[in-house]
Amino acid sequence: MSTEDKIKYTEDTLDLDGKQEYTITVYAENRIGLLNRIAIIFSKRKINIESLNSSASEIDGIHRFNIVIHEGYEVVRKLARQIEKQIEVLKVYFNTNEEIIWQELALYKVSTDEIAEKVTVERLLRQYGASAVVIRKDYTVFAVTGHREETDALVKALEPYELIEFVRSARVAIIKDSAGFHEKLKEFEAEDPGEELVENEFLEKGEKIFTM
Amino acid sequence: METAQDTLQTEAQAETSKTLFKGTGSQVLLNGLIEEGVTTIFGYPGGAIMPIYDALYDYADKLEHILVRHEQGGIHAAQGFARTSGKVGVCFATSGPGATNLVTGLADAQIDSTPLVVITGQVFAHLLGTDAFQETDVINITTPVTKWNYQVTDANEIQEVLAKAFYIAKSGRPGPVLIDITKNAQIQIEEFPEYIKCNHIRSYRPKPKVRVEYIEQAAELINAAKKPFVLFGQGVILGSAEQEFKAFIDKTGIPSAWTIMGEGAIPTSHPLNVGMLGMHGNYGPNVLTNEADVIIAIGMRFDDRVTGRLDKYAKQAKIVHLDIDPAEIDKNVKADVGIWGDCKETLPLLTNLVNENKHEDWLGVFKDYNQQEIDQVITSELYPEGEEITMGEVLRNINEICDGEAIIVTDVGQHQMVACRYAKFNNTRSNITSGGLGTMGFGLPAAIGAKYGAPDKTVIAIIGDGGFQMTPQELGTIMQFGAEVKILILNNRFLGMVRQWQQLFNDKRYSFVNITSPDFVALAKAYYIEAQMVNERENLRTALETMINHKGSYLLEVMVGRENNVFPMVPQGMSVSEIRLK
Repeated sequence: MSTEDKIKYTEDTLDLDGKQEYTITVYAENRIGLLNRIAIIFSKRKINIESLNSSASEIDGIHRFNIVIHEGYEVVRKLARQIEKQIEVLKVYFNTNEEIIWQELALYKVSTDEIAEKVTVERLLRQYGASAVVIRKDYTVFAVTGHREETDALVKALEPYELIEFVRSARVAIIKDSAGFHEKLKEFEAEDPGEELVENEFLEKGEKIFTM
Repeated sequence: METAQDTLQTEAQAETSKTLFKGTGSQVLLNGLIEEGVTTIFGYPGGAIMPIYDALYDYADKLEHILVRHEQGGIHAAQGFARTSGKVGVCFATSGPGATNLVTGLADAQIDSTPLVVITGQVFAHLLGTDAFQETDVINITTPVTKWNYQVTDANEIQEVLAKAFYIAKSGRPGPVLIDITKNAQIQIEEFPEYIKCNHIRSYRPKPKVRVEYIEQAAELINAAKKPFVLFGQGVILGSAEQEFKAFIDKTGIPSAWTIMGEGAIPTSHPLNVGMLGMHGNYGPNVLTNEADVIIAIGMRFDDRVTGRLDKYAKQAKIVHLDIDPAEIDKNVKADVGIWGDCKETLPLLTNLVNENKHEDWLGVFKDYNQQEIDQVITSELYPEGEEITMGEVLRNINEICDGEAIIVTDVGQHQMVACRYAKFNNTRSNITSGGLGTMGFGLPAAIGAKYGAPDKTVIAIIGDGGFQMTPQELGTIMQFGAEVKILILNNRFLGMVRQWQQLFNDKRYSFVNITSPDFVALAKAYYIEAQMVNERENLRTALETMINHKGSYLLEVMVGRENNVFPMVPQGMSVSEIRLK
């Protein structure tokens, strides 16, 4: 699927301004200050980061950021290039929601009495696939992983039943078409990239995933 | 009895002791600078960088330190040095206010891709975050205006970080790098290994392996073009690709125009040099941008001052864009063919594939426009008939005296545009100006650095009366260290460029542009610098000759017309086709 096809394909998910959710995946060195260097690329352009997760990646010592923004394709493409330009960033990918598998984790603290007394609460939790993390006399903590709409829906449903605390994590995402970073890293570590490992893909219109 | 085993061990020990250096972090930093080929440092001491200055005391024979009068002056001088020499400029400052004073220079170097390594002192590591005396969060303040920065808190990091800093500053698209070193690391005594230069960072790709298919696509477009047009920028100079560039245009016969940062990459007199792009650029290059069928942009970034209104910019043309920074390709103007690479490598490949050509008719169109500009703008600017001296005629006189051999450093404003428009250059790395950031106060300190970077050249700093008053303290640096800088103040008793805009676009409401000046001649003399003022045409030539031939630095103030405007002009928000001649 070419880049142009991809834009057409995702057209129906665009809002009125031609914007949609993009998940930016950044592979980078684990270095103090890099998060700030990346974050200011967004704030410089007055773009709000909807969600940001920083974690380990499939490779020891290499960090993986997931950044979610709501923007147009052109803006995201330019942002990705600016991020990849940073010295300690190895690689940046950006993908629409159709191209990734993603999850967010939400925790809900509710009164144990409420749960014990009201069967409907229990039913709600079953319905949303929640699991109990902690059960104490006074409160119970449930966890739900899923998309934003799912975790949000449970908040709404729990509102009448004393939802004491709620928190949701940033999005973590896996790119469907990605073969991981192991092979790429070899190329980055080589002082002289060989012919087949050439890094000029931003011009490669035939890539399955958006990449520079 | 000595055994073979023993001998081996002794040799091994001797080998180790040869590569190990025992000393302080400060000493190993200065050793590293020498290893990187640094000879000149612009700086200003202070509490948090004292150990480095203490070590520097013993390095006076290897490292020349120029004590500036303000850290901003120091970093602009380092920029000037880097721009004329092609080497990495080095600047020292202390923590807190010393470091914050560098920010303008860092931003200037970042936007104009100038390679710098800037060392700042920092409070002791155990005091970080305590709001200690002269503590500022330099790393975070400078993150948006540096290519890379790093805080060293342990002396053992210094060598590796310094090597990385030089590699990052000068490779790929160059830029400023800042290293912040806490005081404890400066005084820490360790045994250090041999200094190893850096030539690879796994997460950093300064340039890619060039893809020939894109070169082929570009060549195809160029060979089919009837009205091709080359726009070149500083990338040609930064890539030391002047010869490769000249070979390309000579073979293809394509008219070529420059951004102000690219000026001088080919001589002014080159027959295919059709002039300057942008807001105050030449008539033909601007208008014909919207008539060319193929535009070949080389090492330039389509700044808004070059493009004018973007949605009316070169829409008819196929765009070939060569740049070392992939983030520049498709950033402002969509490229039909983007060639990511070092133009020193990509240009010869392209030259091989393009046909020899002469676009005489097309070049003739440029000449026609140029004639119109000469008739309507240039003649009256260079050979004015009015009483007042024009900036243009000052430049004409400089051209006649120096014949394109001088290095011209400018500040920012009307005089800068006039200087870039009219100055003649035979050599590359001769036009030193603050292009992207437009930093008033850049001229004087940058000229000092430019002279250290090119000691055999005549360095003329052309500065307005406004800009000069932003960094006049650097006269003290000239006084003390004797940098032979010819300072030419073009005094129109206005902040001229802002006044011009107020005249043209704000109904002549001159809001706070009426600036008064001290007696510049007396000021220079207070610093023991020879000086004179000229306000009559008949004395201009002699005064300029006196200045240029004077042994040592010199200040010449020329009173120029108060309300002269720089034309042509592409008013902000207008298309390059709508360029005004008056």
